[in-house]
Amino acid sequence: MSQQGYVAAPPYSQAQPGMGAYQGGFGSGPTQPLYGHYGGPPQAFSAPPAGMMKSSVAPAASMPLPAGSSQYNPNVQQNGSHPQSYPAPPAVSAPYGQPPHSLYNSMASPGPPPTQQLTNQMSSMNLGSHGKFSMCSFYFLVQGLQSPPPPASSVMPPGLQSPHMSPLMSPPQSPPESMPMASQSMAGTSMAGMGRPFPGPPPPGPGGFQQPGLGSAGQPGYPQQAGQFGGYMAGPQQNMPGAFPGAQSAMAGPPQKKLDPDSIPSITHVIEDDQVKQGGQVFTTNIRGQVPPLVTTDFTVTDQGNASPRFIRCTTYSLPCTADLAKQCQVPLAAIIKPFASLPKNETPLYVVNHGDTGPVRCNRCKAYMCPYMQFIDGGRRYQCGFCNCVNEVPVFYFQHLDHMGRRVDFYERPELSLGSYEFVATLDYCKNNKPPNPPAYIFMIDVSYNNIKSGLVKLICDELKTLLEKLPREEGMETSAIKVGFVTYNKVLHFYNVKSALAQPQMMVVSDTAEMFVPLLDGFLVNYQDSRAVIYNLLDQIPDMFADTAESETVFAPVIQAGVEAFKAAECSGKLFIFQSSMPTAEAPGKLKNRDDKKLVNTDKEKTLFQPQKGVYEQLSKDCVASGCCVDLFLFPSQYTDIATMADVPSHTGGSVYKYSNFQIETDGEHFLRDLRKDVQKSIGFDAIMRVRTSTGFRATDFFGGIYMNNTTDVEMAAVDCDNGVTVEFKHDDTLSEETGALMQCALLYTTIGGQRRLRIHNLSLNCSSQLSELYKSCETDSLINFFAKSAYRAILNQPLKNVREILVNQTAHMLACYRKNCASPSAASQLILPDAMKVFPVYMNSLMKTAPLVGSTELSTDDRAHQRLSVMAMGVEDTQLLLYPRLIPLHNIDVNSEKPATPVRCSEERLTDSGIFLLENGQSMFLWLGQASSPDLIQSLFNLPSLAHLQGHMCALPELDNPLSRKVRSIISGLLEKRSNSMKLQIVRQKDKPEMLFRQFLVEDKGLHGGASYMDFLCYVHREIRQLLT
Amino acid sequence: MTTFPEYIAQNEERDGVRFSWNVWPSSRLEATRMVVPVAALFTPLKERTDLPPIQYEPVLCSRATCRAVLNPLCQVDYRAKLWACNFCYQRNQFPPSYAGISEVNQPAELLPLFSTIEYVVQRGPQMPLVFLYVVDTCMEDEDLQALKESLQMSLSLLPPTALVGLITFGRMVQVHELGCEGISKSYVFRGTKDLNAKQLQEMLGLTKPSAAQGRGGIPHCEFSCRFLQPVQKIDMNLTDLLGELQRDPWPVTQGKRPLRSLGVAMSIAVGLLECTFPNTGARIMTFIGGPATQGPGMVVGDELKTPIRSWHDIEKDNTKFMKKATKHYESLANRASSNGHIIDIYACALDQTGLLEMKCCTNYTGGYMVMADSFNTSLFKQTFQRVFTKDVQGSFKMAFAATLEIKTSREIKVSGAIGPCVSLNAKGPCVSENEIGTGGTCQWKVCGLDPSTTLALYFEVVNQHNAPIPQGGRGAIQFVTQYQHSSGQRRIRVTTTARNWADAQTQIQSIAASFDQEAAAILMARLAVYRAETEEGPDVLRWLDRQLIRLFMFHLRRSPFLQVFNNSPDESSYYRHHFNRQDLTQALIMIQPVLYAYSFNGPPEPVLLDSSSILPDRILLMDTFFQILIYHGETVAQWRKAGYQDMPEYENFKHLLQAPVDDAQELLHTRFPMPRYIDTEHGGSQARFLLSKVNPSQTHNNMYTWGQESGAPILTDDVSLQVFMDHLKKLAVSSAA
Repeated sequence: MSQQGYVAAPPYSQAQPGMGAYQGGFGSGPTQPLYGHYGGPPQAFSAPPAGMMKSSVAPAASMPLPAGSSQYNPNVQQNGSHPQSYPAPPAVSAPYGQPPHSLYNSMASPGPPPTQQLTNQMSSMNLGSHGKFSMCSFYFLVQGLQSPPPPASSVMPPGLQSPHMSPLMSPPQSPPESMPMASQSMAGTSMAGMGRPFPGPPPPGPGGFQQPGLGSAGQPGYPQQAGQFGGYMAGPQQNMPGAFPGAQSAMAGPPQKKLDPDSIPSITHVIEDDQVKQGGQVFTTNIRGQVPPLVTTDFTVTDQGNASPRFIRCTTYSLPCTADLAKQCQVPLAAIIKPFASLPKNETPLYVVNHGDTGPVRCNRCKAYMCPYMQFIDGGRRYQCGFCNCVNEVPVFYFQHLDHMGRRVDFYERPELSLGSYEFVATLDYCKNNKPPNPPAYIFMIDVSYNNIKSGLVKLICDELKTLLEKLPREEGMETSAIKVGFVTYNKVLHFYNVKSALAQPQMMVVSDTAEMFVPLLDGFLVNYQDSRAVIYNLLDQIPDMFADTAESETVFAPVIQAGVEAFKAAECSGKLFIFQSSMPTAEAPGKLKNRDDKKLVNTDKEKTLFQPQKGVYEQLSKDCVASGCCVDLFLFPSQYTDIATMADVPSHTGGSVYKYSNFQIETDGEHFLRDLRKDVQKSIGFDAIMRVRTSTGFRATDFFGGIYMNNTTDVEMAAVDCDNGVTVEFKHDDTLSEETGALMQCALLYTTIGGQRRLRIHNLSLNCSSQLSELYKSCETDSLINFFAKSAYRAILNQPLKNVREILVNQTAHMLACYRKNCASPSAASQLILPDAMKVFPVYMNSLMKTAPLVGSTELSTDDRAHQRLSVMAMGVEDTQLLLYPRLIPLHNIDVNSEKPATPVRCSEERLTDSGIFLLENGQSMFLWLGQASSPDLIQSLFNLPSLAHLQGHMCALPELDNPLSRKVRSIISGLLEKRSNSMKLQIVRQKDKPEMLFRQFLVEDKGLHGGASYMDFLCYVHREIRQLLT
Repeated sequence: MTTFPEYIAQNEERDGVRFSWNVWPSSRLEATRMVVPVAALFTPLKERTDLPPIQYEPVLCSRATCRAVLNPLCQVDYRAKLWACNFCYQRNQFPPSYAGISEVNQPAELLPLFSTIEYVVQRGPQMPLVFLYVVDTCMEDEDLQALKESLQMSLSLLPPTALVGLITFGRMVQVHELGCEGISKSYVFRGTKDLNAKQLQEMLGLTKPSAAQGRGGIPHCEFSCRFLQPVQKIDMNLTDLLGELQRDPWPVTQGKRPLRSLGVAMSIAVGLLECTFPNTGARIMTFIGGPATQGPGMVVGDELKTPIRSWHDIEKDNTKFMKKATKHYESLANRASSNGHIIDIYACALDQTGLLEMKCCTNYTGGYMVMADSFNTSLFKQTFQRVFTKDVQGSFKMAFAATLEIKTSREIKVSGAIGPCVSLNAKGPCVSENEIGTGGTCQWKVCGLDPSTTLALYFEVVNQHNAPIPQGGRGAIQFVTQYQHSSGQRRIRVTTTARNWADAQTQIQSIAASFDQEAAAILMARLAVYRAETEEGPDVLRWLDRQLIRLFMFHLRRSPFLQVFNNSPDESSYYRHHFNRQDLTQALIMIQPVLYAYSFNGPPEPVLLDSSSILPDRILLMDTFFQILIYHGETVAQWRKAGYQDMPEYENFKHLLQAPVDDAQELLHTRFPMPRYIDTEHGGSQARFLLSKVNPSQTHNNMYTWGQESGAPILTDDVSLQVFMDHLKKLAVSSAA
C-alpha cells in the first residue's frame, strides 16, 4: 500500500480475506452471513459459513467478531431483516443488557466493585487501558467469552484500574465458563473509573515510563494528557446466543456477554475531559510540534511564533522522519488550513506589516516570506531561510543588529519575526495587471420564475436585502462598507438593474441573449449601497410586483454566473454572487440540464456518475470565475431533483457555499433561510485569493482538498475564501526529515480585502519530526484525521465504487491501529484491542463517516442530498467535520436552568434517550428537538405552552417565546448554537415514534445506520478483527 | 399650339413627368441613334393641391397581364358600357357601379384633366404610422443634448396615434420598452452579434402572440405595444426617457474610438419592425455621431491611429471592413425595403461615419441621408424639423411603402429605374431586356416618398423599323403608384401620359425640337452617377465623354457626383444620394450651381458660374443645393470691416449687405435638407467652396495673359470650360468618321 493510498490504494493484501466478509456486511449486503447482522437473516450467525473464510486464515482473529455481532442478535431478531425499521422502544436497550436502566445507573455508581466481581470480570475478559506511553491509553476490548487469562489479572484490581487502563482481554482459547458474567458488576467497575476520571495517582504502568500524576497534574504543557481515558470497560454481556461462527467451544451456547457500550471510548467524554483540562486556558504557540486542545475545547491562543490552531491544524504534530515510517504507519500527514478563521474577541487580530514599495522580504530561492524561521547570521547582514536553507542578504532597509542570543534587536517589534500569523500589505507586483484592485462587489441574482414568486421568496429576499445591505462587512475602522452591490433578476432571460444614485427610478435592462452572456451596463450596476439607497429601495419594492403575474417557469443558470463573471471583469473587481435559484435550469441556454437522477445506479460501479458534475459549460465557468475572482453562493429552493452535483460545481470550486431548502415554504423555512443569508452576507471574507503552502526540505504539499481550483500542482486558487472555508493539504516525504530541525510549513495567502486592499496573509507552523512512531501516534489529532479522511473519501467516490472506498477506509483504519499495536504498544494478548490515546475515538468518527449519505449506498437517500453533502464537506474545517460526524445530543429535560454552564451532551445513541426526556440534537447542518413520548406535561407546558405532547402541531420551526426559566434557557441554548455555527439550522421538532423521527435517528451515529452501516460497537469489533488479522 | 417649353412645363406641372424626348422616334434603330434614350423623370407625389382624392377604387383592365387603369386615353363605348384598354386593346365591361355612365356623366378618371388621379383604397385597416428612433449615445454631451432636444421636439410633431419606439446604442444596443411604470425597462443586446428576425423575436419576447395572431389574424399592435406605442400614450414617458439618456457609459481609453454598435442597432431596428409591422409604413430614423466600430457593419476599428478609409484606400483595395460592412447594410436595406420600411440616416460628425457603406439603407428605402458636423447645428435641427413638414391638410409630406408600376404601349418597354427604389422583380410584357439602372421589372418598391422624390425611368423603343406606326399614333405610359398616405390610408395615384411617334427620317426636326435638354441632362447624369456608383470611376468619365456633349457635362464632370477628388467617400455618397432623389430643378442646381451677383450697379442678377464673375465690388450668392454661400468681394469686405453699414449715411450699403442674406434665408427655409450656410469674403478660407465651383477661366497659368481687369484667378490645373469646349468641338468634327 503506497502512502497515497488512503483511499485510492489497493486494499491491503493481508486484509483481503477479511475484507470480503467485511464489505458485504458493512455495505449492508444482505447475503453476507458473517457480518450481516442487520440485514441478514439471524441464521447467519448460527451457521458458520463465513467463518470458513476467516478461520482458515486466522481462526483466532475471527473470534471476536462473532461476539460483537452476536450481541446484536436479539436486535436482529426483533428487527427482522428490515434494517430501517425501529425496534420498539422497550426493546431498544434490551440487546445491550438486561435492565437497561439499571445498567445505566450502575455506570454512575462510584463505588469500587466487590473483589469477587472483579475477579469475575477479570476472568471473563476485558479491559484495561494503560498509559504505558505517557500519551497512550489502551483499550482492550475482549469480545470473547473465554476465560480470563492470568496475566491480565495483574492489572485487574480496581485500585489499579485507574482510568488510564482497563485491559480487557480474553484469549480466544479461554474456556467458555467465563461467559456468565455479571454484567452489572462489570459495568459498575468500569463506571468506577469513569465516574472519577482522575481518581488519584495512577498505578505504575507495566510499560514503565508512564506519566506520573496525570490526573492531578493538569499541566497545560502536556497536550497528551492521559486524563481523557475513562477507563472504560466493556461490560460483558450474558445471554448471548451462541453464535460464533468459527468459534469452537463458544458454540455450546453458554450465556453471552455483551460489551457495555459505556466501556468503549466515548467522544463526549473525550470532549468533556479536554474541556475540563484545557478549557479556558491559554494555549501558547511557542513550542514546536505541540498538540493543541481539541476543536471543541474553549481555549485562548497566544501567538508566539506558530499559527494558532484556529488557522492550521495537523493530523499529527510529529512527522515521521522517513517516508518508510510514514508508509508503515499509514497515518495521513495533512494540515487543515482555515486561513480566514474568525478569532474570538479576546485574541489579537492579525498585525498588518507594511514594507512600503519594496514589498515583503522573501527568500531569493524558495520565495518563502520573512518569518520566525529565518535565521539571521553574520551580524544580521544575512539570513538563512528555514525552508530551503538558502543564505540571503538582508535588504538594506531591513537590516538590524542581533543581540547576544543571535536574535534581531527588533524581534518583538516586527510581527513577521515573532509571530506565527500576520499579514503583509502587497505591492502592485502582487496585483492583477499591476493595478491596485477595486473593492469587491456583491451581486444578488434572484430567480423570479413562477415558483419563487409563488412561494413568496422573492418578496422575502427583497425585503430582507433592504436591511441586510446596511450590514455588509467592512474593513476594521471603516465607517461604511466599501463593498459595491448589484442586482439581477432572471428567469429565461436576465434583467440587470441600473441603480445609480443619480436616477429618479431604477432602470431595468433585459438581456435575452443567454447564449453569449454579457453585462449590459457598467456605470450604475455596481453601486455603493449608502449612495444609492433610495433607488435600491425603490427597486426592491418593485421587483416582487413586476413579476407578480409571471407564468415563466423555466430558468437558466450558467448564463447567470457568466453574467456575474462578466460584470466583475468589466468593473475590474472581484466579488461574490448570491444566486437564489428555484429549479434545475431547463431553458434553452448554455448549461441547460436534464434529469439524470437514476436510483438504479446506486450500489453499482456507475454510482460515481451521480456525484460527477456534467462536463462542459460548468467546467469552463469555474475556470472563468476563479480567474476573475468571482465566488458563487447558491441558494437552492428545489421541489425536485436539480442535479446539485452539476449546479454546485461552480460554487464548490470558487469557495462558495450551497444552501438547499427543499420544498421551501415561507412559514417554516423562511427564517432559517434568512439566517443563512444574513450569516453569508456578513461573513468575513477575502477575494481573488491564491494560496501557496511552502515546506522545509524533506517534505512537500502534494494534494489539496477544498473549495478551490487548481491550475497547476502548487497554486491553490480561490475566488474567495471566508472564515468557514478550510483547505486540507496533504504532505508527502521527499527525503528524510531531521528530528533536530523539525518540519516547517508556511501558508501564504494572497488576497483582496473587503476594502479592496491587496494583502498577503502568512501562517507559519513548525512540527516535530521523530523516528519513533510512538511520537507520531502520541501527537495525532483525531478531529483533523477524520477531516482528511472525509475529504479524501468524498473525492474518491467520484472515481471509484463506493464499496471500494469504504473498504479502503476500514482497511486504513485497521492498518493505522495495527501499526500502533505492533510498534508502540507493549506486548499483550492479541485479543486486546489497543488504541492509541490520541486516536481512541477515531473509530467512532470513521464509522460515522462511512454512514454519511454520500458513502452509504442507499436508494432511499436523495441523490441531490448526497451530492450536496459531499460538496459541502469538501470545504469544511476541522470543527465542522467533527460536529457533522458526531452530533451534539443535549438532554434538556434535566438541565439546570440557573446554571451558566452549557448543558453536557450525551452520546449519540438511542439508548441515551429516555421516554420522558427531551433532547436537542445538532450537527451544524440540522437541529432537532426530540420529545420523548412520556415527557412530562410540565416541561411541555413550559416549552410550548401546551397541555400535552398530543396538542403539539407539526411543522413548528421555533419555540414560542414564553416567560419561564426553562423556555428561556432552552431558547438561549438554541439561539446560542445558531449563532455559533457557520450555517443556520432549521429547528425540527420531532416526537418520539412520530414519522419524522426517522430523520432524527440517522444522526444517532453510534447506532447502526438507518440506511446501512454498522453500529459503533460492531464497527469496533470488526476493526479489531481486522487488526488481529494484520498482526498475525 | 403651345411651344415645346410650355408643353413640357405644363406636363411637369400636371403629371410630374419630364421626358427627354417629347416626340418619340418610332423604331428601335432610330431610337438608338438618338444616343439619349427615351426616358422620364417622374415625381410620383408631385404636389397637386388641385387634385382631390377620389373615394373609390380604380377600374382595371381585365387582362391578367395588363391590369392597366382606366384613363382618359381609353376609348369608351358609352352605350355598350365598354372601354378599350389603350395598352393592350382589351375591351372591358364597366363595373356595375358605372351603370350611370354617359358622355355627359363621365367619371373623373376619364376626364383629360385627370391624366393624374388619386384613388383612396377603402379596404383594409387604417395603418398606423411607425417611427422608430435609433439613437447613438457615443457622442459629446453637448451633441447628445442637442439631439435629445430635437427628438423630444419631434414627438410633439407626430400625430397622436403614431407609434414610436426607441433604440439606443453605444457599445450595447438597447431596445426600450415604453410606458413602464416606476421603472424603465430596456432589452439589451451585444453590439457584436447580429441576430436574425426570429432570434430577435424570441429575445424580445414577441413570439407568443403569434399563436393568437394565427387565430384572429388581427393586429400586431397588441403585442408590439411594449416597444412601439402611440405617442399620445407615452409622450411623457418617452420625453423623460430621452431626457435621462446618458452618454454611453463604457469607458473609452485614450487613443481609441468609442465602441459603436451601429450595425447591430440597425439590424435590430429592422428586425423589430420586420416582426411587428411587416408591410406597413414605418420610418427608422438613425442618428449617428460617428462610424460603427464594432460588430457587423463596422467600418473602422476602434484604434484612432488607423483612420477611416479614404478614396485612396478604396482604390488601393486597402479597406479592411468596407466590403463586409457594405454587405451587411445592403442586406438590411433589402430586408427593410421588402417590408416597406424606410431607413433614414442622420450622421453628424466631423469625420466620416460610414455613409459609403450604409448608403443603400437610404437609397434602397427612400430614406433621408443627412450629413452635418454636429447635432448642435441648425443644419441638423432645421433639417430634422423639416422632415415633419405638413401639407395644407395637415398630413405629413411623406408617404410610405409605395410601389410604382409602369404600363407601356406595345412599342415601348421599360428598361429600368434610377432613384431611391428597389426592384420588385415583376416581369411583364412591358419589361425590356435591356437593363438600365434597376431593371428587369415593371414594378419598384419605393418605401419612402416625398413630394420631391423623383425617379428616372428609362425606356426602350422596341418597334421594328419595318413595322411603321400609323401617322398620329401615340405611345402611352401609365405610372401606377400605390402608397400608404401619412393619414394611414392606402392610396393609388395613376398618371397616364402619351407622346406622339415620329419617323426619324422624315420628322427629325420635330423630334429634335421636342428634346428636353434639362431633363436629358439630369437623366444622363443619373445614369452616370449610377454607373459611377457601380463601376470604376474613370471609365464612367470616359463613357460620359463619349456620350455627351454640352456645357452641362463640363460641370457634371467636375461635380462631386462623379469626381471623388477632394471628397471623402462619405461625402460622395451623400451628394449622390441627394442627386438621385431630387427633382429636376434641384438636380440642376446641384450640377451647375446658381450664382447671383449683388452690387450697386443694378438689381441682383444671375451671373456666369465663372471666375470672371468674382469681382471686388460684388457680393455673390451661390447656391449649390448643399451649400448657400455668400461671398463678399474684396472691396465690399473692406467696407464691411470698416463698419460702413452701421453708419446712417451708408444705409444703402447696409441694404446691399442684407439683400443676399434675405435671399439666402428664403432658400434655406424651403430646401430639404437644409443647406450649409456659409458667409465668407475675399480671401476667407471658406471662399474655397466658391472657387472650386466656378469655371476656372482664369488660372495661374493664364492670368497674366488675360490681364487682371476682372475676375479672380483660380489656382487649379483643371481645364476651363473654354478649353473643354474647344476640345469637344475638335472631337465632334473628327469623330464623324
